Amino acid sequence: MGLRLLLADDERDFVDTLAERLRLRDYDVQVVYDGAEAIRAVTADKPDLVVLDLFMPGLPGDEAIRQLKMMYPAMPIILLTGHQAVDDTGISPISQAFACLTKPLAFKDFVATVEAAIRGSATQGNEK
Amino acid sequence: MFHRLKAYFARALEVPDAISPVRYETLKRLMTVLMVTVSVAPLLILTFISHSQYMRTLEEEMETPLAALAHKTQAGIELYLGERVSTVSFMAHAYHLQDLSHEHTLNRIFHALKSQYQGFVDMGLVDKNGRQIAYVGPYQLKGADYAGKQWLKDTEIRGHYISPAFLGYRGYPHLVIAVHRLEENGAEWTLRVATDTLPIQQIAVPDGKSRDTDVFLVNDQGVLQTDSALYGKALGKMPFQLPHAVHDTEVIRKEGNDGRSYLMALCTIKGTDFRLVAIKPIDTAFRPWLALRAELLWVIFGGIALIVLVSNMLMRHLVDRLRASDERRVAVFAQMEHNQKLSSIGRLAAGVAHEVNNPLAVILEKAGLAQDLLTMNKIGGDEKEKQRLVNLLQGIESTVERARGITHRLLGFARRMEVSRQELHIEEVIEETMGFLEREARHHGVLLAADFPEPLPEIISDRGQLQQIFLNLIGNALDAQSECQGKGNGERFIKIRGVAEDRCISVSVADNGKGMSQEVLRHIFEPFYSTKKSKGTGLGMFITYGIVQKLGGHITVESTEGEGSTFTVVLPLTPPDVSGEA
Repeated sequence: MGLRLLLADDERDFVDTLAERLRLRDYDVQVVYDGAEAIRAVTADKPDLVVLDLFMPGLPGDEAIRQLKMMYPAMPIILLTGHQAVDDTGISPISQAFACLTKPLAFKDFVATVEAAIRGSATQGNEK
Repeated sequence: MFHRLKAYFARALEVPDAISPVRYETLKRLMTVLMVTVSVAPLLILTFISHSQYMRTLEEEMETPLAALAHKTQAGIELYLGERVSTVSFMAHAYHLQDLSHEHTLNRIFHALKSQYQGFVDMGLVDKNGRQIAYVGPYQLKGADYAGKQWLKDTEIRGHYISPAFLGYRGYPHLVIAVHRLEENGAEWTLRVATDTLPIQQIAVPDGKSRDTDVFLVNDQGVLQTDSALYGKALGKMPFQLPHAVHDTEVIRKEGNDGRSYLMALCTIKGTDFRLVAIKPIDTAFRPWLALRAELLWVIFGGIALIVLVSNMLMRHLVDRLRASDERRVAVFAQMEHNQKLSSIGRLAAGVAHEVNNPLAVILEKAGLAQDLLTMNKIGGDEKEKQRLVNLLQGIESTVERARGITHRLLGFARRMEVSRQELHIEEVIEETMGFLEREARHHGVLLAADFPEPLPEIISDRGQLQQIFLNLIGNALDAQSECQGKGNGERFIKIRGVAEDRCISVSVADNGKGMSQEVLRHIFEPFYSTKKSKGTGLGMFITYGIVQKLGGHITVESTEGEGSTFTVVLPLTPPDVSGEA
């Protein structure tokens, strides 16, 4: 089985399609639709990488990333946003993310970022 | 009544609200009239009051000496006449009829009288039958019959009598004094003395001194008894009826037949039917006053002219200031409205872009998935058909990419962001930016040149944003040039010129391209307004405008269709502290 990814986004149509495309590329993808669920899923399955939408009902992405980073500081997280106004929503959560990508996603870039993030965390893990 | 008056004034004082030349003209006129009225009216009222007060005082001052003169003259004449009456009366009582009827005795008495009193002309004795039985004098009047004459009757009734003047000996007017005597023995007779009126004249007008006051006597028939300077010689007729007079002096005002005003003092002479008249033209008394009045009039009219002039100038100045401030206000409002409009359009655009982004993402992913499915052979079918579908899906993808470009630029404009500030030389930024576009300019045969007549001061600003501004401006200028390539005559240029102004830097980008119409100029900074049809997004100038605003500057544009455009960006040396709402 490939790398395990967790996708969290309230836009079901989007996140489901994205998940399917990733599965086609042999990733093990789990999909959740809000921030709280994302935290539960991370706690339960400890995926290799988390992709969070910045704006979600319930627990917004920036709060989710803060909590996740507290629990798993080494876990790579990629943020997605439909908004480009990422740099003023607060510096800390975004700087904690591996990358922040804007929607609509350029799929190739996304995959490249995912690979880079996992490689990065792996290096980190090896160093430990 | 009050309401109607109020309404009338409201209408008269109405100033049009609209900002138009009429409004200021009306305002100026109204204020000038009000100010002139308010300052001139009290002046005129004051002048009028003092004038009439002064006139009254002057008249009073004139009346008093006139009355005094009349009174004095009256006393003098009464004394003179009384003296003569009592002298004659004394003669009549001192002698008997038989003494006086001797002309010799009469002659002696007459001469004694003449030596003591001047003015006596003749003397006669009239018996009870009215016959003059004795006479001394220059006329042959002995034996004259006065029976039934009015004067004789009056004398018999009153005891003594003073006649009106008549023309007599030597052409001088005379008057007759007569005394009636009834002796104890029953003899009844009258002593008649004619006297000259010249002494009376001299009492009235001493030494014939010419004064501006005319004093004379007139009888109740209106016949002058003494010479009058105004109405002719004695025994002439007065031209007008005198009012009734009493013994006490009265002063009245009289309009003369010659159009002048006179002050007249009137009184009667006791024991006669004479009236004493002292008359004085008012204007002689007012001559000094008239001179003064002329000077005062000059002062008043000069003052009024000055008030009108100064009010007019003041009001013009005031109204001009008002107009200027009104115009400034209108301009500021227009500017604010413009900013407001652009800012709300920006916010709306950002909202729309955000909302559009999500469906775009879905479309892109679905199209991507469909492509994946096709290329990864998850779906069977004809290879050619599949390729065709892949092409279609790639078309969708590239279109979404284009839409993404638009939404991201919109969001980029609208988002609030910290302007990163650094000290920089704007010349460097401009030259750097020109570097990007030099090749394109050469390709189009356009001369791209920058000119900085003097070294510009350092400016604190955002390098990236500045680049964006000049990239947009120069890019637009290039487009304007390339679109009029057909013209092809003369040198085509884009000139960039930077100068330092008061605590800011002004950079202009001028081209001699196709220029813009008024219609285009009006909308140039609005989003999605493009003249480049398919090529442009219509966001370039909109974003440029937003950036310039954010950097605390402003951008203006001048353009003539067919001749070229000039954009001018003015940036402060230090941007304002507020990071600025989008």
